[in-house]
Amino acid sequence: MARPFDVRRQRGFTLIAAFCFALLYLPIAVLVVYAFNAGPSLSRWEGVSLRWFVAAANNAQVIEASIRSLQIAVSAAVVATAAATLAALATTRTPPYRGLTTTYAAINLPLMVPEIVTAVALLIVFARIKMATGYTGLGYLIAAHTAFCIPFAYLPIRARLEGMDLNLERAAADLYATPLRTFRHVTLPLLWPGILAGFMLAFVISLDDVVITEFVKSGGQDTLPTYMLGQLRRAITPEMNAISTVFLALSIVVVTVFFLVSRKRD
Amino acid sequence: MSAAAEAARAREVRSRRLLALPALVILALAAIGPLLVVFVYSFLTPGPYGDVVWTFSTDAWTSVFLERDIFDDTLSLADAHMAIFARSVMLALATTVLALLIGFPTAYFIATRPERTRELWLFLVTVPFWTNILIRTFGMLEIIRNEGLINTVLGNLGLIEQPIQMLFTDGAVMAGMLYVYLPLMVLPLYASLDKLDFRLVEAGYDLYATPFRVLTRIILPLVRPGMIAGSILVFIPALGAYVTPRVLGGGKTMMFGTLIELQFGQGRNWPLGAALSITLMALVMVALLVYVRHAGREARHG
Repeated sequence: MARPFDVRRQRGFTLIAAFCFALLYLPIAVLVVYAFNAGPSLSRWEGVSLRWFVAAANNAQVIEASIRSLQIAVSAAVVATAAATLAALATTRTPPYRGLTTTYAAINLPLMVPEIVTAVALLIVFARIKMATGYTGLGYLIAAHTAFCIPFAYLPIRARLEGMDLNLERAAADLYATPLRTFRHVTLPLLWPGILAGFMLAFVISLDDVVITEFVKSGGQDTLPTYMLGQLRRAITPEMNAISTVFLALSIVVVTVFFLVSRKRD
Repeated sequence: MSAAAEAARAREVRSRRLLALPALVILALAAIGPLLVVFVYSFLTPGPYGDVVWTFSTDAWTSVFLERDIFDDTLSLADAHMAIFARSVMLALATTVLALLIGFPTAYFIATRPERTRELWLFLVTVPFWTNILIRTFGMLEIIRNEGLINTVLGNLGLIEQPIQMLFTDGAVMAGMLYVYLPLMVLPLYASLDKLDFRLVEAGYDLYATPFRVLTRIILPLVRPGMIAGSILVFIPALGAYVTPRVLGGGKTMMFGTLIELQFGQGRNWPLGAALSITLMALVMVALLVYVRHAGREARHG
């Protein structure tokens, strides 16, 4: 018997989709599987072992770079989310005023500039400041990360604000709540999922950055991604697979939480 | 408007400007301001150990496009740079087209799943999108390097004696970029396809259209905004890609991003690096303008 006619069916699309998912997951799968290989080579499977995870955990450089990555990501994401929340409050649910379009353009600009150009620009400016002040701390990396995280933190917060019911705040004002109380007890609780999603997006974007960090960092300031970039040019050992696997697991946890948070609509 | 209302409105505008201030200051200091400095640097003279000397010069801009013959001092087109620009544009275009060819059916597949499984498929596209670009590039490296998956499998099957050299080629860079940027194509396409009204498709079939005609005359025109958005999202980062060409491309297959880096490393020509950066940004702006014009036309047609 012939299959019933389905208007949604397009010949071969399912096959291409299968190919697409295979393409997306095969490299990651190979990476993870070989992190557990007992032997040092990709060409031979020598049994399951955790030795490369142990090796990575005992590698002082890896630990140091991971801690630095987290320090930068947490600082940058906190500041970027705070600034983005205020900016979202300033640019949504308002009749147009002078400066609104400029603000909007300024926030979105970093998304349109190629990363390498931002990296070069920051290298130039920070090199000057380093020479003038003598300060070579993590501040440069945190400032750079904060700036490019702002548009990412801004997106979900703005989306959340635009979907919110203005009447609730009007009701609060009618009941003689001060603007600050209205914000604290009505706006903020409703906005919270957006802020959380914005924070996580900023956190992951900062944690993932390679290019800008590679250009801005001073000597001995490797983050985990720039450390890995350096290692990839030398001999590749399964220790890299082990580090990647842990990194990957962390990303999956964050996406899952982000997915659940941004899905919940009340 | 009464005077009181006007005063209230002015107060509100003032407080809104104040709220946007922290974000604007951070962006001005660590994103927008530095871009202006790049522009200034492109008109200066390179210093002997990197950095610049504060003497005005247009040499950097000349050498972006032209090169001076060392014997008779005549100017000719800078072939090396032109070849790298052309390679960057071609690879970015090829990546975009391939991503569209693979991404469209995938987005269509997801959009036509039942409501309950759709989110799962979408999640599967989102996970690689959130995974570190370096890790994904490393994954691709594991597949294509000489001791990698493809060569190992083919070798074990006895199909090849020597590993096929795939790494450090243009093809490797393209495969890497396709893999890394594919989710950026699928997600906006899905957003468009999700809104597709299948009654229009049904109407097409009622009028005896073939599936191919339904695809090209009904579905594709309706999801054009998603196709353009996805193409822009893939093309722009691919044009300025740095990580993928550096890890998979090696020294011989330079692209825009690695050429710029070279000027700040061994090249020690910061003004040229600055001028190349501005050139790259100009190319990106052209791509964005094309996008805005198309998006605008779309909106006018309603």
